[in-house]
Amino acid sequence: MIARLIEGVPRRALVMLGVLLLALIVAPLIASDYLLTVLILILYFAYIGQAWNIMMGFAGQLSLGHALYVGLGAYAAAAFYVHFGVGPWLGLMVAVPVAALAGAFIGFLAFRFRVAGVYFAILTIAVAEFARVGFDHWSWTSGSSGLFLPVAQYSHNDLWLLRGQPVMFYYVILVATVLAFIFCRALLQSRVGYFWLAIREDEEAARSSGIDTFHYKMVAVVISAAMTSFAGVFYAFFYNNLFPEQVFHISRSIEIILGPIVGGIGTLFGPVLGAFVLTGLGETITAVLAAAGIDLPGAKQVFYGICLLLVIMTLPDGIWPWLCKRIGLAERDK
Amino acid sequence: MPADIYLNVAVGGVLTGLVYGLMALGLSVIFGVVRVVNFAHGEMMTIAMYIAVTLFSAFHLDPLLMLVPIATVLFAFGYVLQAGMINAFITRPEHSQFLLLVAMAIIMVNVLLILFGPDAQGVQTSYSFDSFQFGRLIVDATKAYAGIAAIVVALALFVFFRSTRVGTAIRACADNYTGALVVGLDVKHLYALTFGLGTACVGAAGVMLVLIADVTPSLGPAYTLLAFVIVITGGLGSMPGALIGGLLIGLTEAMAGLLFSPSAKSMFAFAILVLVLLFRPQGIMGKRAAS
Repeated sequence: MIARLIEGVPRRALVMLGVLLLALIVAPLIASDYLLTVLILILYFAYIGQAWNIMMGFAGQLSLGHALYVGLGAYAAAAFYVHFGVGPWLGLMVAVPVAALAGAFIGFLAFRFRVAGVYFAILTIAVAEFARVGFDHWSWTSGSSGLFLPVAQYSHNDLWLLRGQPVMFYYVILVATVLAFIFCRALLQSRVGYFWLAIREDEEAARSSGIDTFHYKMVAVVISAAMTSFAGVFYAFFYNNLFPEQVFHISRSIEIILGPIVGGIGTLFGPVLGAFVLTGLGETITAVLAAAGIDLPGAKQVFYGICLLLVIMTLPDGIWPWLCKRIGLAERDK
Repeated sequence: MPADIYLNVAVGGVLTGLVYGLMALGLSVIFGVVRVVNFAHGEMMTIAMYIAVTLFSAFHLDPLLMLVPIATVLFAFGYVLQAGMINAFITRPEHSQFLLLVAMAIIMVNVLLILFGPDAQGVQTSYSFDSFQFGRLIVDATKAYAGIAAIVVALALFVFFRSTRVGTAIRACADNYTGALVVGLDVKHLYALTFGLGTACVGAAGVMLVLIADVTPSLGPAYTLLAFVIVITGGLGSMPGALIGGLLIGLTEAMAGLLFSPSAKSMFAFAILVLVLLFRPQGIMGKRAAS
């Protein structure tokens, strides 16, 4: 199984991955609290980026509403915890099916009625926005005034209830990110993965060669939604507060997809690299602005936008494919 | 008495819907010709709104008088954006175009945030609280002016596309890109012109919307979404469809605000969108594309 996973991967790439993993494992020993929080954020985006990439990068379906699955996961687990005292791992048993159902709903509507391309993207936005306004008015989850998880000073880490210090959250999201990476690698090497790539490249041709495109696109949406909902559960228990205005907002959905696009759509390492680059740069500019005594609420986002603009204009395929050639992991063109 | 309320709210909704329709018309024109979905549409409208608000607060220039100048500025803005940046992307995949425009949208929202702050701003004209009375029907003067101006601008655009040589040339580009190139049309210029006309529409809509509603930087994405909803409801690429979609959404939002709660009104707009996507994906006025 492992042999199959690493089949065809250059030895240098494996060594680099190993070194990165090792560095991430020992990082909490030397990292300050602030740096640890930044690393948690990076891994969080790397994880969701990986999940989104299954839909867009592998199967070619542009979702602009992934905040929906984050929000549903977060609200499902948090509401069950607040109302019934059900812990996050059991809450996941609710969160995942709810998000998967939402994904299946969108997928069914879109793929059955041939809503594709731009229309599909707008449908995903519309459903997420619908959920945002809906949750604003749903009293069971406290509506627009926000859902709060009880917090206290924790002297020890309770992994079962996800109550504790940042270090615990760090390892939880690290494990999730590594598992997601391996899972995606396995997917890419499976029949499903090949079918997805065929659909992405030319759906008409894929259908002609006997691939049930409806079925496999549904599989992509459902897997992506289910994976994303875990990030929502993590978000709820890490931040301890949820507002529909924040979790379901379109800007969250866009934030999610910047990483994989900047890193490289359809690549395995792209979402991870994109998360490091964007979050790292974002935090750097925050620190620089703070040091310079500039307190402008929009400055960071302007920088984000410019960065994104530069990447799309100069590296249309993202940073990772370009970097691969630089560091000799892929053959250079010409 | 309650019947009067419904009628008044409905008329107000229709008039606001006309302005929405003009905004969506800009999006529809751009998509119909350039085949690019302007994901920064609402943001461009907030830019126009802020120009109108600033001119009013600094020089007491009435937004209605500033309609043409501001639309012209937005036209130039759109022309330069298309010719300078977007044109290189017209052969790229959809998600690539989308990102380009989202990046622009993010920059626009936050530059506005830096310049004007997060608080809502609006204008108080001498006729802000005027109203016309027709029997038992009472219409806000601002909404009436805005609705009429929207119709005038939309008509001017129809005439331009139907009756002028440039308008005909643009329609030729939309119908057959290669053919337009073959007969020697300057497609790049015509595309930029079209994009400029689209942003001029949204600029004009923004100026009129200032009379009806306050503006904040964060409204940009909301208006972009609203324009999508309207255009898909009416039929992407159809000019009358955009106006009809605008009317329908304006009316729906007004009635939903009255019958349920104003904060829930966008839910109904999205519900209409989902229904249209499912049962008439080409929109009310759209033609079914050959698949």
